[in-house]
Amino acid sequence: MKDHKHDENCHHFLDSLSDYVDGELKAELCQELERHMADCDDCQIVIDTLKKTVSLYKEAAEEPAIPSDVRVRLFRRLKLDDYLGEAQKEVAE
Amino acid sequence: MSNQARIEENFSLEALQNGDPAEFARVVEANSGYVYRLAMKMLQNPQDAEDILQETFIKAYKAFPNFNGRSKISTWLYRIATNEALMFLRKKRPDTISVEVPKEDDGDEIQKPIQIVDWCCLPEAELMSDEAKKYLGESVDQLPENLKMTFILRDIEGLSTRETAEILEISETAVKTRLHRARLQLREILTSYYRERLPETV
Repeated sequence: MKDHKHDENCHHFLDSLSDYVDGELKAELCQELERHMADCDDCQIVIDTLKKTVSLYKEAAEEPAIPSDVRVRLFRRLKLDDYLGEAQKEVAE
Repeated sequence: MSNQARIEENFSLEALQNGDPAEFARVVEANSGYVYRLAMKMLQNPQDAEDILQETFIKAYKAFPNFNGRSKISTWLYRIATNEALMFLRKKRPDTISVEVPKEDDGDEIQKPIQIVDWCCLPEAELMSDEAKKYLGESVDQLPENLKMTFILRDIEGLSTRETAEILEISETAVKTRLHRARLQLREILTSYYRERLPETV
């Protein structure tokens, strides 16, 4: 009986997890969820791993800028060679 | 407020609409980095990404006379690039799409978390190893197309819900739902990956 109620409770919060992770959950629901998490290890793990998922993708997204040869070919294709800057003109030769 | 005043970075809309090359070059300079990055995330291939990059700015140049300045130029360019990437993926799909990956996923049902494993304790070196980073990039490709686009724009590019809605031409509510479903799916994918790397005693 306890397990069943527990399941329903977790399900009740499922839609709100992203808002919680983003800090956009309404205060009342936020407190309710935090009270629930204090007693529910499973929801705590789901929240922690969901947060970590989002932060890992953000971290991995920081990639180097556009390669200079790609930039030069773009300017050429757009007939903007004159605006490349002298140093860049040789790159994609 | 005039249209011009609403455009960020002080580009002259009038010059752009008149095909002024110097002004267009400034737009290209300021915006090509993220257009390329977006195309790379969506297509996972440098040559395809470069094609999308070039097509985006060719289309933008031709379309400037019809651009009303109500959106930010960056939002407008994101929209062109996203549409180009989607068209590209759709053309390519018959040969390459895996049968296991649905192209669209419009259901409203939020899938319950399946795997309850805490892998957050893994050391940073393991979470962000070269292999893990590669896996992170590839795993986004496992999402249905509409969830993938939303996730890339919101969480990887860091755009707001409103901008993402404008780019994808869907409601803000739809953005939030899709983002949530994308994140839950990726959480499962990453859990499958990282749980294998947990010490056996845990």
